[in-house]
Parts: sequence; structure tokens; C-alpha cells
Amino acid sequence: MRRFIAVLHARNLEFFRDRAVMVWNFVRPFSIVLVFAFVFSGGPRDIFKVGVCGDGAAARRDVVFLKTRHVRFIPVADLDGALVKVRHHQLDMVLDVRGKPRYWINADAPNGYLLERMLSDSAGADGTPAFERNALAGREIRYVDFVAPGIFAMNMMFSCLFGVGYVIVRYRKNGVLKRLKATPLSPFEFLAAHIVSRLFLVVLVSAIVYVGCDALLDLAMNGSYLLLAATFALGAVCLISLGLLTAARLTSEEFAGGVLNVLIWPMMVFSGVWFSLEGTHPWVQKFAQVFPLTHLVSAARAIMLDGAGAADVYPQLLALGVMSAVFLTLAVGLFRWE
Amino acid sequence: MAPLIEVRDLVKHYPGVRAVNGVSFAIESGVCFGLLGPNGAGKTTTIEMMEGLLAPTGGTVRYKQQPLGERFRHEAGIQFQHTALPEHLTVKDTLRLFHALYPHAADLEHVIGFCNLRDLLGRDASKLSGGQRQRLLLGVALVNDPSVLFLDEPTTGLDPQARRNFWNLVRSIKERGKTILLTTHYMEEAGALCDDIAIMDHGRIIARGTPDALLQQHFSHVFLKLPRDDFSIPLAQFPLSLFESDGYVEIRALDVNQAIALLLQHGVPLARLEIRPPSLEDLFLELTGKALRA
Repeated sequence: MRRFIAVLHARNLEFFRDRAVMVWNFVRPFSIVLVFAFVFSGGPRDIFKVGVCGDGAAARRDVVFLKTRHVRFIPVADLDGALVKVRHHQLDMVLDVRGKPRYWINADAPNGYLLERMLSDSAGADGTPAFERNALAGREIRYVDFVAPGIFAMNMMFSCLFGVGYVIVRYRKNGVLKRLKATPLSPFEFLAAHIVSRLFLVVLVSAIVYVGCDALLDLAMNGSYLLLAATFALGAVCLISLGLLTAARLTSEEFAGGVLNVLIWPMMVFSGVWFSLEGTHPWVQKFAQVFPLTHLVSAARAIMLDGAGAADVYPQLLALGVMSAVFLTLAVGLFRWE
Repeated sequence: MAPLIEVRDLVKHYPGVRAVNGVSFAIESGVCFGLLGPNGAGKTTTIEMMEGLLAPTGGTVRYKQQPLGERFRHEAGIQFQHTALPEHLTVKDTLRLFHALYPHAADLEHVIGFCNLRDLLGRDASKLSGGQRQRLLLGVALVNDPSVLFLDEPTTGLDPQARRNFWNLVRSIKERGKTILLTTHYMEEAGALCDDIAIMDHGRIIARGTPDALLQQHFSHVFLKLPRDDFSIPLAQFPLSLFESDGYVEIRALDVNQAIALLLQHGVPLARLEIRPPSLEDLFLELTGKALRA
């Protein structure tokens, strides 16, 4: 334990004294979140979005409202999912034309109010049936709310993969690992110290960045902070383990950088950091499941936006746990000091 | 008494290269053993196999009559030829880190004082001068109060003053009864510090013994050195064995008085005459036919 604490302490000192890296770890997520908040801020969009549950084409013959210009009518198969989007202001209204005509709006949303007026004005015209009103409540989920969990997770990924994988390869190349090999320090003690050090730093940095972003942008948070912290911690363990596995044998920093980029870029694109994977080709969705970042982003977003509980994000947490165990076992087994 | 370390038939092959080719020797406790040779002779490969860092292709290394193991790692202190330390740590942080890795460690204050590191404790370890860095690396090698200390070319690249200061530290360690294994390509260093030496070339030991015994065994003459400009006669006409190098003429003489008489007889002025006994450098040249640092 004494040896583990010594290496842990030394690694933490390295991080905090490397000012450039430390500042970059804070600046990167802040700047990305702020840029997205700025780019996607502004007034209401110039188009209304209405989900239509049922045969919209047939309904258009009877419902004048469905012929309204500048309104995008989107077919909806999952009514419950569509209602969640109304709560989050991602849809302005949902119409159900399957039986007795019904509609849902978010009472807090100005677009919902305007659409409701339009629907009400069209009632009775050309035989348009009257719709039953259903009001929902819920805060608007802005794009920045959607993208923030992804950016936090992405920042964690960079910190874990480069902060562990790249550093260990550099240690191996410049002889630090060889020097440590000549001491009683075991590979397990060394790797465990690096995992705990990076985990502590990543969770600390993420917490500070979250609090800062929340203070500036009032991020949506509908779930448990504790569950969110546990999810990010498990995600960090998984990504650190992947970094250790990458660094288990490599001796070239350039090659390690290439390998890490090969891991990072597909995750950046296909893990749902920037956009939802809903609607993408099924193969893309299946392919994305191999990435730990996909599960981390999905779970964090569900907790923050949908208020998901532990039972809801259990599949993602299980996937992260299994991946962590596999990566860590392989990393310890393959690790070489030189 | 059983040797502290015993190396038997040690072999290390790399593809196309026999770096170490059947090396055997034993090191007694309390001895400063020098492993000498030019760059590429196989010294570092040999010492790294002895340190347990490199797996031999063949042969054995035994410490206190046992194969290298946990006990050796606790009792050995190692200073590598090329090593880096974790970044952004001060001298004190570095010493504390390595000190904490050993269950039975030396008094850190004593190590700091012994290696003259007190004034450097707050300095970034990566920003030390060559001599300061070597003192820190020696301190790191001493934090576990080792029974045996491996020093792999510890003074390479140091200026003469820093080198002499380092020698004084090694002498102090010797006085405390520690066993030292030193590799170097500085023969002067080996002569100053080592009780016992082995000279390596092409992965083999080509001579073994105390410095004095080896010199007596291979040399019975002394060297007389004069500037070439002082010879007004063709060198071929001089009756003693000599050779010319870098503007100087070096004469091998069994009888100094006779050599001086011959020089005077041939009109060579003696004002710039240097007479020196044979050195380990000469021994190496004698044994291998090449200069040590070629």
C-alpha cells in the first residue's frame, strides 16, 4: 500500500505541476460547451415541429391543420417517446389521429401555445374534428443540454486515453519504467496507482467543469447527481483501462498517438456525442455499441435529460463494467516494463 | 567465503549479434568490481542481466547463492547509464517516491546529506546539471541502503571536477563496506576506484584481476613521451621501440636510464620529457590492439 500511495502521489504531483496540461483539461470542455451554447442559442426556430401518431396521409384529407405551411409534420411510431420530446421542447406538439383525436402540447412552450391556437382555429373547418387537449409540463432541452453530457464524456476520454496511455508509453521510452522495474514495485501496484490517480483527477476536473458550465448555462439535470457521478466514474475506469491496454507494450510515442487517434475518432463520430444515433443505419447503431463512450454518453444523457434511474441505465453500466474488466485484465496480462 | 554475486556462462544473443558470449566471474562482498571495455563491448548488457532487468539467452546469475529474486530487488541499488525520472517532481519528491518503494529503506536525511543534495531539494529534478543529476541518481540508488550497488558508466559526460566529486562519493560508499559493480570506459576511473577488474571486448572477458596485478602481468617497461618536433633524426634510426601519435613520440623502455642516455646521444632535448608508468589504457591497447574509446 505504501508503494501504491507513493506512485499515486507522484503521479498527482506531475499532473498538477504540468500547468499546460492541467489548464487544457479545464479549458477544452468549457470552451466547447460555450461555443455550442453560443452557436445554438437565439430565438425560436422558424419552423414548428409536430409529431403525428397514426396515418397522417389519411388524416390530411380531414384535418385542415395538417396542411398548414411552415409546420413540419413528423410521423411518430412511439407515442410515449414523442411525449417525452414534447416535455423537452424537442417537439412542439403531438397529434394522435388513430382513434379519438387528441393532441399534447407543453404548456410552458410558446410554440405549443401558437400551434394550439392554429389547431383550435381550424376546428370545424371542412369537417376537421375537435381534438382533445392534453397539457404536459417540462423544461426545454436545448441543444447545449443535449450535447453537454457528450462533451463531458469526450473530455474524459481524451484525459483517460492520452493521460494514461500516452504517458506510460513515454515512461517506457525514456526509461522511467525500467528504473521502476528495478525496485520492488509490482506492475499491479504501478497500474493501480495510475488508474486511481487518473480517476481522481478526471472526476475532480469533470465536477469542476460541470459546476462551471451549470452556473453559466443552467444545464438540464433531471436525474440523480450521485448516479451521474457514479456513471462518469465507471466510464472513466473503462476508458483508463482502455488507455492502459493501448500502452501495455508500445514503445513509440508516435505509434501510440496513432493508435489512440484510431480509437478516439470513431468514438467521437459514432458514440452520439454530437447527435443522436436514432435514425442512423442499424449497422451504425450496432457498431457504436463496441465503444465505451457510446454507453457512457447514453447513460449520462438519460440521467441528465430524462431523469433515468439506476434501473434504466443498468444496461449501459453493465456494458461499461464488463468492458472495464476485459480491458484491465488484458492490460495487466500484457503489460511490460520495457 | 561465498561470493556475493556469481555470474556463470552468461550469454545474450540478439538477432545477428552476440552481445555477451559466455561471461563468468564472481564478486566478493565489499569489493569494488570494475567491468571495463569500449562502447559496444557488452558491459551494459552484462550488468542489466546481473540486475535482473534483461533475461539472458543462457547462463546464470546468483545473488547470495540464490537465483535473482525479490530479495535481490530489495537489497540492490542501481544507477543506470541512461535513465529518466518522473517529470515535474522536485529532487525531494523524487527521493521520497523511491524511498517509499522499499520496506527497509535508509534514513532519507542521511542519503540527502551524503549525496550533497540538501541545497537542491526544491529544484525540479529535470533541470539539474549533469553532476547534480548524477548525485540525485546515486541518491535514488542508495535510498534502500543497498548491499550491492550497480553503477553503469556513472560519470560519462561529466566535467573533470564533477567526475572527481563523484569518485569521492563512491570512495565513501566503499569505506562503508558496500559492494560496488562499476562499468566504465574511463580507465583512470577504474584505476582510482576498483579493487578488481574485468576487461570486456566483443562480449567476452579478455583479462581479469586487480589493476596492479594486470599491469605487472602485461608490462615490464615504462613510457617516455616527447614532442615529435624535438627529434631531429628520422624516427626509424632511433634504436628503441617507439610509435608516433598526435604530434608526440612514445618510447617503450625497460631501462629508463638507458633510454635517456640514448635520447641525449641522438641530440634530443629532454626539457619536455614525460615519463609515466603503464596505465589500464595501455593495457587495453595491448590486449585488443585498439584505443579504448575508439
